[in-house]
Amino acid sequence: MPAVSKGDGMRGLAVFISDIRNCKSKEAEIKRINKELANIRSKFKGDKALDGYSKKKYVCKLLFIFLLGHDIDFGHMEAVNLLSSNKYTEKQIGYLFISVLVNSNSDLISLINNAIKNDLSSRNPTFMNLALHCIANVGSREMAEAFAAEVPRILVAGDTMDSVKQSAALCLLRLNRTSPDLVLMGEWTTRVVHLLNDQHLGVVTAATSLITTLAQKSPEDFKTSVSLAVARLSRIVSSASTDLQDYTYYFVAAPWLSVKLLRLLQCYPPPEDGAIRGRLTECLETILNKAQEPPKSKKVQHSNAKNAVLFEAISLIIHHDSEPTLLVRACNQLGQFLQHRETNLRYLALESMCTLASSEFSHEAVKTHIETVINALKSERDVSVRQRAVDLLYAMCDRSNAKQIVAEMLSYLETADYSIREEIVLKVAILAEKYAVDYTWYVDTILNLIRFAGDYVSDEVWYRVIQIVINRDEVQGYAAKTVFEALQAPACHENLVKVGGYILGEFGNLIAGDSRSSPLIQFDLLHSKFHLCSVPTRALLLSAYIKFINLFPEVKGTIQEVLRSDSQLRNADVELQQRAVEYLRLSCIASTDILATVLEEMPPFPERESSILAKLKRKKGPGNLHPDLDENRKERSVNGGTVATSPTPSTDLLGLGSTIATQNSAPPASKGASLLVDVFSENISAFPVETPVAVGPVADENFSRDILYTGGLLVGIQSWESIPYIKPKNTDMRYLPLAPFPSRFVCKNNGVLYENQLLQIGLKSEFRQNLGRMYVFFGNKTSTQFMNFAASVVCQDTLQAHILYYKLLYPTVDGGAQLQQILNIECVSDFVDAPVLNIQFRYGGTLQNIAVKLPITLNKFFQPTEMTSQDFFQRWKQLGAPQQEVQNIFKAKHSMDTEVTKAKIMGFGAALLDGVDPNPSNFVGAGVIHTKTTQVGCLLRLEPNIQAQMYRLTLRTSRDTVSQRLCDLLSEQF
Amino acid sequence: MIKAILIFNNHGKPRLSKFYEHYNEDTEQQIIRETFHLVSKRDENVCNFLEGGMLIGGSENRLIYRHYATLYFVFCVDSSESELGILDLIQVFVETLDKCFENVCELDLIFHVDKVHNILAEMVMGGMVLETNMNEIIIQVDAQNKMEKSETFIFQSPRQDR
Repeated sequence: MPAVSKGDGMRGLAVFISDIRNCKSKEAEIKRINKELANIRSKFKGDKALDGYSKKKYVCKLLFIFLLGHDIDFGHMEAVNLLSSNKYTEKQIGYLFISVLVNSNSDLISLINNAIKNDLSSRNPTFMNLALHCIANVGSREMAEAFAAEVPRILVAGDTMDSVKQSAALCLLRLNRTSPDLVLMGEWTTRVVHLLNDQHLGVVTAATSLITTLAQKSPEDFKTSVSLAVARLSRIVSSASTDLQDYTYYFVAAPWLSVKLLRLLQCYPPPEDGAIRGRLTECLETILNKAQEPPKSKKVQHSNAKNAVLFEAISLIIHHDSEPTLLVRACNQLGQFLQHRETNLRYLALESMCTLASSEFSHEAVKTHIETVINALKSERDVSVRQRAVDLLYAMCDRSNAKQIVAEMLSYLETADYSIREEIVLKVAILAEKYAVDYTWYVDTILNLIRFAGDYVSDEVWYRVIQIVINRDEVQGYAAKTVFEALQAPACHENLVKVGGYILGEFGNLIAGDSRSSPLIQFDLLHSKFHLCSVPTRALLLSAYIKFINLFPEVKGTIQEVLRSDSQLRNADVELQQRAVEYLRLSCIASTDILATVLEEMPPFPERESSILAKLKRKKGPGNLHPDLDENRKERSVNGGTVATSPTPSTDLLGLGSTIATQNSAPPASKGASLLVDVFSENISAFPVETPVAVGPVADENFSRDILYTGGLLVGIQSWESIPYIKPKNTDMRYLPLAPFPSRFVCKNNGVLYENQLLQIGLKSEFRQNLGRMYVFFGNKTSTQFMNFAASVVCQDTLQAHILYYKLLYPTVDGGAQLQQILNIECVSDFVDAPVLNIQFRYGGTLQNIAVKLPITLNKFFQPTEMTSQDFFQRWKQLGAPQQEVQNIFKAKHSMDTEVTKAKIMGFGAALLDGVDPNPSNFVGAGVIHTKTTQVGCLLRLEPNIQAQMYRLTLRTSRDTVSQRLCDLLSEQF
Repeated sequence: MIKAILIFNNHGKPRLSKFYEHYNEDTEQQIIRETFHLVSKRDENVCNFLEGGMLIGGSENRLIYRHYATLYFVFCVDSSESELGILDLIQVFVETLDKCFENVCELDLIFHVDKVHNILAEMVMGGMVLETNMNEIIIQVDAQNKMEKSETFIFQSPRQDR
């Protein structure tokens, strides 16, 4: 007999649904729905009390309307009333309505909680189940508060029915997810672990899910579950047990429970007890053996269930990563699946193999499947499978097979789906760089990338090829030749023009000896692309032209003519216009010596992490797909697994007492941006030729955008000759009153730093990763001129914030006028002391000295990181060593406003993570401190206590000095 | 954890939607549309897994689906679930519906939304798999129907029922 007979539905409901289905148009449907809503509303409001049956019918109608995508803004009260009915049907429909329609912050929760409480204590299993379901489905904090203590009691009570136990286990799991702080471990925990021995497999399955989650939270409390889980698993796989009831699914014994048990075991390292470990190994071997047996049924469900267990077993083997024989067997098994006719299995095999490739034991074994994987890339019909194949090729790549893999990925790129092209481009670029033995291959690869998928080549990729060419002499000639050839193509991608323009501008001379690539031919080739390009590319090409003038004096006339044309000098775009004007002028008035100095070859870029890798990480989320074995394994360690990153003693680099005096010696790292050229000045001879500066279209990946787009390349300064800078005579700044910066600057980047009767100092700053730029504005508040105005920055010896470049060249500041200084800042390593800005000027005959601390604090180099609650707590646990945590409990200095606090945390630089902390009044943040030498992940938690007007702030980072510093800085804010 | 369970037909009309994480109504409808868009453009006989749409968490989540005649059954899950296990769960769900409705078809889902919800509630609770044994599920559903029958018998009166 069918469990639901078709005739016994509610007729009114059926009629309504049929009406809707017969509607010819959307309008008619809406009209019919509105009519019905009005009808129900009037029924609910009417004087006549509705019987349970009608209420049920109307609530069902509302559910149906809701499913069609219409808002339901009434009926909640009626549903709540249904909860207290004694009739099962009414109660049930009430609960259904609530679990579908009531969200967790409804104000009806307290009424609902009341009804739930009654049902939980009713001792009627059906009612108890309904109530537990409702708690699990809504899962709000109020419910957790009301029932977090009650549910465990029901779960472990001796007289609870099995079906209620099942529901209670999952209900508790849900509460633990939504409000982990309210689910407190207690004496019930051991009894929950013993549910793994329960007679009823449904109860065991639910309990396993629960324990898996709780074990991640407090592994110690549930350690005993390992031996029980192994024993249970062993009984299932060896089919020794006869207690499988009906849990055999298409001839596979309890597949879901097996999967859950294997998941639970992945929360722990391999068991230490030899006997348990042996038993587990036996289980895993049996599971692997079964895969080789002939199937007991031809049905796909049979093989699905069997393989679900198998894949989970393989995951566990990979997680333990300790038994070489098992790992290799797992790899062989996956290899078989790679050629299986079931697409699902091929997909999962590719995915599992990705993780297997990062184990040192099985990396080689994975590599033997390269041909199959390449074949999958070429022939799979399903894009999701192809994408997994790309992932696996990336994961299995090493020096021995890099050329083959890169070649295959490149050729796949030509036909790849648009959705995954950018990712493939990034992967190819990374592999090509990482495993390049000779850089000619690298250059070829990147140019091919641009050729095949130019649109998907992001800026990072082409910046990177230029950095590498600039830093490696041996490849420069080859690069010039190759881009020259590539540019011959009648249609080439704009990214190629950019790379070509840059490289020829720098190294065109290396191929100019060949008459086929003479200077004029090179120039004509580049210029033939000019008019098809966008503004930034044109700007770059103009820079290449001025570089040509320096490299090849013979084309000077031709280029000047181009620069002089109206389309350049009067270009509507100011950036292009400015470049044309300045370059033209520079080429006319500067001597060859000056040109040669100004337009010198770009200095090598400082080595740093590949920006492409960073981009891929952003795309895939952290912890994915790094080809490096060690890193990947670090990410996977869970409770009691290995790896805690030990804080290395900070290798402090230069403190660099950077004062204006360095202006005349060589700047430490002359970046392209540090160019000060006065092309309009009358007094050219004052040009400080001894300062090596270079014009380059791209200075540095982080600043290149500014340079390309803001016209920051050439800065005209009117009075260079008056630079004579008076070195402060009383240089002993220790005796100066040192003004600290206002603490609000910790969370803010702009504002007034300092003010007295004479002078106002304003700041605007921006920070990205380990770099920053600060604009300092000096405003003269008087009506008299400041004479001999000088400002310098002193970093103390202990300070690693490092002022790379600044300019301040006006010796006078007129009354009421403002002048500006720019500081480039690089954070070398973590630091405490802020740099000091010293200002000296003469006002009406008296010398004024002012010293202020600049608000450059460690948190400025924060990059926010979004993460899920689960990630957060996992990392939080990983940073559990005592020296990594710093906590401060302090009294609130300001009013404890939530919004203000939020703004402060975000201003501090961390990502504010909503919904991570179970207690909504707490604040949780995460981010990464970028320094040149290292990156430090930081997690923070701020718990306000309104009654006591206190805060508790906890910082966890991988480096103790950072935790301490950030805690100090942030504590000052509240 | 299961984030959402969606059933829609070949034209994208939702027949059941159950979210285990809270979204507002608009987002829920958008997720249904997005999911339909992702799933319906796929050929038959390709694999049953794909990365979730942007609205429901992108590649963190996975869509596992089966296509039966006119209906798509889609489970959106996070990485803690076994793909093949969920695929089997869909099968159990459909087989259970088939037993309960006797040759289940789209119309049954339309006219008995509440029943379908109840059956689903016996299998999945708060995003976690509660019961996988079909017999057990059907026993529960039967018990509910018996109670319902006995109550309907008392309450339903022969009158104009609109």
